[in-house]
Amino acid sequence: MSAAVAEAVAAPRRRSRAWAKLRRRPAALLGAALVLCFVALAALAPLLPIASPIATDWGAVRAAPSAAHPLGADELGRDILSRMIWGAQASLLAGVASVAIAVALGAPLGVLAGYRGGWTDAVISRFTEALLAVPFLILAIAFAAFLGPSLTNAMIAIGLSSMPFFIRIARAQTQSVMTEDYFESARAIGLGHGAIIARYVAPNILAPILVQATLTVATAIIAEASLSFLGLGQQPPSPSWGSMLNTAKNFLHQAPWMALWPGLAIFLVVLGFNLLGDGLRDALDPRET
Amino acid sequence: MLAFIARRLMIAAPTVVLISMLVFGLQKLLPGDPVLAMGEDRDPAVLEALREQYRLNDPVAVQYATWIAGAAQGDLGVSLRTRQPVADLIAAKAPVTLQLAAMALGFALLIGVPMGVLSAVKQNTWADYLANAVALSGLSVPNFWLGIMLILLVSVNLGWLPASGYVSPSEDFARSMQTMLMPAFVLGTGLAATLMRHTRSAMLGVLRADYVRTARAKGLSERRVILKHALRNALVPVITVSALIFGELLGGAVLTEQIFTIPGFGKLVVDAVFTRDYAVVQGIVLCTAVAFILLNLAADVAQRALNPRLRDAP
Repeated sequence: MSAAVAEAVAAPRRRSRAWAKLRRRPAALLGAALVLCFVALAALAPLLPIASPIATDWGAVRAAPSAAHPLGADELGRDILSRMIWGAQASLLAGVASVAIAVALGAPLGVLAGYRGGWTDAVISRFTEALLAVPFLILAIAFAAFLGPSLTNAMIAIGLSSMPFFIRIARAQTQSVMTEDYFESARAIGLGHGAIIARYVAPNILAPILVQATLTVATAIIAEASLSFLGLGQQPPSPSWGSMLNTAKNFLHQAPWMALWPGLAIFLVVLGFNLLGDGLRDALDPRET
Repeated sequence: MLAFIARRLMIAAPTVVLISMLVFGLQKLLPGDPVLAMGEDRDPAVLEALREQYRLNDPVAVQYATWIAGAAQGDLGVSLRTRQPVADLIAAKAPVTLQLAAMALGFALLIGVPMGVLSAVKQNTWADYLANAVALSGLSVPNFWLGIMLILLVSVNLGWLPASGYVSPSEDFARSMQTMLMPAFVLGTGLAATLMRHTRSAMLGVLRADYVRTARAKGLSERRVILKHALRNALVPVITVSALIFGELLGGAVLTEQIFTIPGFGKLVVDAVFTRDYAVVQGIVLCTAVAFILLNLAADVAQRALNPRLRDAP
């Protein structure tokens, strides 16, 4: 029992140390700032004094950046700044929702495989290997193709394709927790499987899942943009950065600004998540001092 | 080594079967009648004949068994759109994508490995920080946007390279290289970043090893220590990673081929998706999975060949 108590006391201390370490990393803070900027823009989109993202203006077709259209206008005269800000909603929502799907499905399966072992583990592990054998984007395209083109289906497709990463992490972490003294103590005092998983396994797999989730949001945002670029994600006239780039590639001679901003936005938000994910990984790694 | 390869192939077999079940099952879950997607002819007799011809009236398990037995012999079914065998379509497009992927891997190695070595040797200096920043940017930039920006700069503004198209190397080698240069660079950028990180990490581990300290103590030049003793050993995991990312290149090629209008594997899958040609999608997913598994195996074999300590491992 003493090992279990010690673990319960140590966990908040570890979190506090991790937070202190994260705050000392300028790159991670820059990443967090970038992510927060885009989240704020996406959340405040309905309140900002910007044009409607789907309002066409035939007098501003492919207009260059100006006071009226700070980032220019697209092939239908729609304001690119407005579409960028509303597109942030689609991209961030897709990134977060698809990772939420992947974690919600993958983490319990991984814990189940690690905890139960035997045939359960063998079946889940073979299933994971099968999914990992198909390149991520090809798998996402295949799922999206079978589900049909829409933003929701793109999120499901990306979530399903990302799921194996979380199964693997949760399984490995669960197996690692099961070798600890506090786990043995919990079993010795007769705690049920559900209680052991909730009190001892779940809190210990949280940190690596969080790191992987942050890094996977970056991958998922690029994947959503890729699917939308191919026409399998967000459908017109709703804006998304990927679909904006898809249109922009047809007007490179006439309106290069149409291609510049959406790509830059994807780059910055993905960079933000990658910096934050790297920082979290280092901060939560007990080997780092 | 042969026993090792045989054992790995046996382990891989259930994975391939599971993938085949997944792609076949997905298609069967779709609503609608596949023969209706084959043409305008709605004559019930013709539709029924087509169902019989493609064995769509058989139980699903029989249909799967027929399909997988055919796939094992290279018959991946017939494209609903073009009525051509899927295997022929894939075989015709694969060399184009393989050329693109091989050139992209070449770029990734040329950029990623020297950057990783420099970053490790100059750890915690401005060169290390710069290399890391470049690598992180490479990982964060969407390659289809990079492609568009390069077309804008190199093709539209400077006119140095063609913006799109494909020429086979057997037709005109120089022109082929010219058309593939930009797409390969775009596809290789993210992988260069991955390779840089792996090389840096492997080099940092090797540079702290006893035999490197011994080599320095013997009075060998730093250049010789790094190139002959450290890099040679650090490259073992890098070779493994290179083989694995070659599979990822096939995924990345989908977008690159779309941007540069290259008639390869990626374009085939996108066209198949939009025409709901599920037989082609199934075939491509199965082929890429098998290719990925074989590359994994090749990576393991290479690692065992290069690392004597692994040769006796089970």
